[in-house]
Parts: sequence; structure tokens; C-alpha cells
Amino acid sequence: MAATSSLPRLLPSGDSAITVEFSRGIDDDANQRVLALDRALAATPVAGVTESVPTYRSLLVHYDPLRIDFETLGEKLIGLTQLPAPPILKARRWRIPVVYGGEHGIDLEAVANSLQTSADDIVARHVDGDYRVAMIGFTPGWSYLSGLERFLHMPRRQNPRLLTPAGTISIGGVQTGVQCLAGPSGWHLLGRTAVRTFKLHRDPVFLLEPGDQVTFSAVDAKTFAEQDRAAEAGEIIAELIAA
Amino acid sequence: MSKLVVSSIGPVSSVQDGGRHGAQRYGLTPSGAMDRLALAVANTLVGNPLLSAAIEIGPFGAVFTARQGAVHLGLSGATRDAAISGRSVAFDSSMTLADGESLTLGFARGGSFSYLAIEGGVAGEPMFGSLAVNARAGLGSPFPRPLQTGDELQVAAAAAPPGQRIELPATANGPIRVVMGPQDDEFDAAAIKLFLDSPWTISATSDRMGYRLEGPVIRHLHGHNIVSDGTVNGSIQVPGNGAPIVLMPDRGTSGGYPKIATVITADHGRFAQLSAGKSFRFKAVPMAEAQAALRAYEGLIRALPDRLRPIESVDLNIEALQQANVAGTAVSAVDAGTWQIELPDLMAPD
Repeated sequence: MAATSSLPRLLPSGDSAITVEFSRGIDDDANQRVLALDRALAATPVAGVTESVPTYRSLLVHYDPLRIDFETLGEKLIGLTQLPAPPILKARRWRIPVVYGGEHGIDLEAVANSLQTSADDIVARHVDGDYRVAMIGFTPGWSYLSGLERFLHMPRRQNPRLLTPAGTISIGGVQTGVQCLAGPSGWHLLGRTAVRTFKLHRDPVFLLEPGDQVTFSAVDAKTFAEQDRAAEAGEIIAELIAA
Repeated sequence: MSKLVVSSIGPVSSVQDGGRHGAQRYGLTPSGAMDRLALAVANTLVGNPLLSAAIEIGPFGAVFTARQGAVHLGLSGATRDAAISGRSVAFDSSMTLADGESLTLGFARGGSFSYLAIEGGVAGEPMFGSLAVNARAGLGSPFPRPLQTGDELQVAAAAAPPGQRIELPATANGPIRVVMGPQDDEFDAAAIKLFLDSPWTISATSDRMGYRLEGPVIRHLHGHNIVSDGTVNGSIQVPGNGAPIVLMPDRGTSGGYPKIATVITADHGRFAQLSAGKSFRFKAVPMAEAQAALRAYEGLIRALPDRLRPIESVDLNIEALQQANVAGTAVSAVDAGTWQIELPDLMAPD
């Protein structure tokens, strides 16, 4: 990744935030640049910046216009993108246990059918992947992972479901995701994990950080039930396999 | 310790404050008051820090009762009938509920959300620096959900100072101002003109996450699916059906629909107070104007304590009015604030 690659676009998101857009599509290089700017901003704080939110293709930078104006902040952000990317301080790798299929992953068979393969093959491919947390958004702890193998890319459902279970592991488009809270989703549900990426009164409240590496392992329903009880009691369950 | 008991309350009423900031990168939305100015007024009336937690009351009526002691309250935001033991009380003023007395509030008339601040604040356990209710995430204190009949809020004993009121400058009634973008380039000139030139109304299906707009269909240039990116309060996203949604404090932190424009911060509260069915228009303004308006808005909020006036002067002036036979019996306590503003024109200023 060249530090001097094309400049990002600075888009106003109202009077108190700038969207620093590196790409219009999902591409890994753009996401790396988003996360690099996010790290740069953490390493070199800019007075007046209140919060930054990495997404696939852009970094949303919230600021206080009483302390810094759009142009000045824009110039500083562009300047940060031109410096060598700061090293990743917390390069962590997690293994997340998943119970696939059946009542826990109601779309597994349909996904296998539409891709003309077996459910076991879908699980094997999904477990095999090396993923990165590209962004966390929508609802607390909803982690969007990049790195889904091309064979598993699928358009989202025509009709999103209004309620999908907490801990759902799903695929949608070119992504896979770890959903923490029950809520609506238009993705295909492959399974569930007991891991809470967001849990109040636990340290840490949020388990995953944008940029973290993730891999999955398959567990049976009995193990899931045990892990779910432990997770509810505050255990992390996800295994830190490299830090 | 006295208590404020929720004797009756409608939906969309919850404890809210200045919001929960710093965790949007984990998908945690800020929540917080729909109308920050009104929240700050309510708090100022009872001597609380400006953006302390208070009760945000949705469009329906509500009754609050003091138990085990007196409770000192500040009331602001969307006007509605308000009475303590049958005697009317004014908005933008403080009031004391004696032990056992109730404050009865009717349906909102002048907007959607009213704010009731309690002297000493709401007792609760902050999470990420905020007590604000985010029902979907199960956050908020003392209740991680909207208020229900029977809920009790613990109150530090009221010092019950003399009543105070705040005179606010007249509310602007103009269009809701927006800064275009961040994805206005996903729309052609005709769609942007339609967006800016058309009257809009707020759909009845709106909530604290978003206000759905009814009006013409806004068509996209390249389809409605963009790769998700970050949202802010006031983001105006246009989904596939072409009906814009303005994102409010309980919004998702990211969204995958093009955002044609963003409501400016100074107009968030005014927009939030538009009731369902009410017609309004948008107006695009340059960034410099939006930020100047924000500075003025924040300046107004910070200077609210300077606007506090003792309530006694209102009563005196009403008497003076009645003696002068100008207002006659039309003057009621509910109108006191309004009449006070016009006094200098009617009579010699003090």
C-alpha cells in the first residue's frame, strides 16, 4: 500500500462531521487506508476531533466546529493520510465458536442448495476463512468482516427479516458478520455464536476492535448452550489465539 | 429521599440527556434528547448542569406525582396543558410539587417532545457517561427502556427555591436548513431540486431512530445500495422507495443508503419538534452559514442561566395588565410567558 496513493475525498456530513472517503466500493486496500487514518488520528490527536468511526470505505470524523473548521480539519486529515501508516498496536486474532445450521442457522441448507453444494462444505469453507473486522456498526457490536471467499458471495435476501437472533453469524454480499443483539437483518443466517461482542458490565464491554483478525470454529449445540450460559455470566468465550 | 412517581405516561417517553459519545466506532449510537435546547432550558430552571438527564415526554399526556417529600421541577419543550392540583402552570418555568401533589400534562400541541427536569438530576448509573435510554441496546438508567406507569425516580430533597422562568427568543419558523451531502452526487440536479423545492410532511411511523418523510419520490442516479458508511444525527438517507428518512439520535451508526443532505445542528431540535402530518420545507445553506448558526445556537444554550427571571415579576405584570384593563380576563397563568414578551410594547419597559 503506497502512502501517497490517490487522495481521499472530503465530504461534509453536516456541520460537525467529515466523511473521509477512500473508495465507493468494498475493497480491502481502501479499508486498510481507513484503519490506517483511524490509527494515525489516535496517535496524533487533532484538537476539536471528538470521535472517529471507521467503515469499509471511509472514516467518519466527528468534530466540534467551535474548535476547528471544516477546511482546517480537512487539510490535517489529508496530511495524516500522506504519512506512513502507524503500526498496528493491537494486532489481535480471535477464534469464535459457532454452532452451524439447524435452528441456529436457518439459511444454511438454502445457501448450500443455491450454491449447489452441501451444508458441510459451506461450513468448512466458512470456518476456513481468515477474516478482518472491517467495521463495527448499525447496532452495538455488529461486526462486519472482510475476507469471505468468493464462492460464498451471495446477494442479500429480497425480504430482510425483522428479527434475527442475538449472536447470529451470517453472510451477505461479499461479507460475513458477527451480530451481537437480536435485530433486523437481510443476510443469510448460517449459525450462532455464544460470544457477546457487546456486553455491559464486562471488561471489555466491546470485545472486537476494527482491524482485529477473526477465524471461526464449529461447535455442537450442547457446547453452544454451555458457552451461552458462561457468556451470559460475563465470560469472553472467544479465544485470543495471537496478540 | 423524595420520589417522583410516573402515575401515567404514554409511549416514546424516556430519560434522556446530552447523549452517549465516543463509542460509535463500536456501533453504539449516542441517543440523547431530541431537542437539546429544550432539555437545557428544563435543567437550567432547576439549577442543573445544562445537559443533565431529564424526562423526555412524547406527544401523549402524562401525570407525575411527588411522594415522600416535595419535588422541584423545570418544564420546557413542546407546550401542552399543564396543571398542578387544577392550577395551570407555565412552560419554561420551574415549579414545586408538594408531597402527594401531581403534575398533569395533556397532549403536546406546540411540538412533539416536552422535557421535565428534576432539581438535583435523575439518580442513575451512567454508562459511557450517559443515562440516556437506548431501548434497542438495553442501555439507560435508572430504566434501560422507555418510562412506564408506576416507575419511580429517586430525587434528592428539593431545596424548593423561588420559582423561575426563562424567556426564549422567538422560535424561527423558516425552512429546515441542510448542508448538502455527503452523497448528493448519487442524485441528479432534478432530484435535488425536487428535494429542495417540495413541501414534506413527517410520517406517523416516525420514531427516535428516524423521521420518515412523505412527499415526492426522490430517485437515485445509480440505485439505492451504497456500501455502508457512517451516519450522523440529521443524516437524510434515501432508501429504495425514494422516501427520505431523517436519522435521529437513536439511529444506526452506519447505513447503506445514499445520504442526500444533512440537517444542520442548529435545526435538529426544531426539526424533531415537527409533529406528524406537519408540512415543512428544506433549504440548502453553505457550511459557513451552518456553522455560524451552530455557534449562535450553542451560545444561546450556554447563556441560558443568564435568562433566568423570578416568576413573581410575571405575576406582578399580569396584575398590572389587568389593572390597565388591557388584557382583561384573557390572561391566564399559561399565557404568562407570552404576555411577558409583549409587555414592553404595551407598557413602559421597566
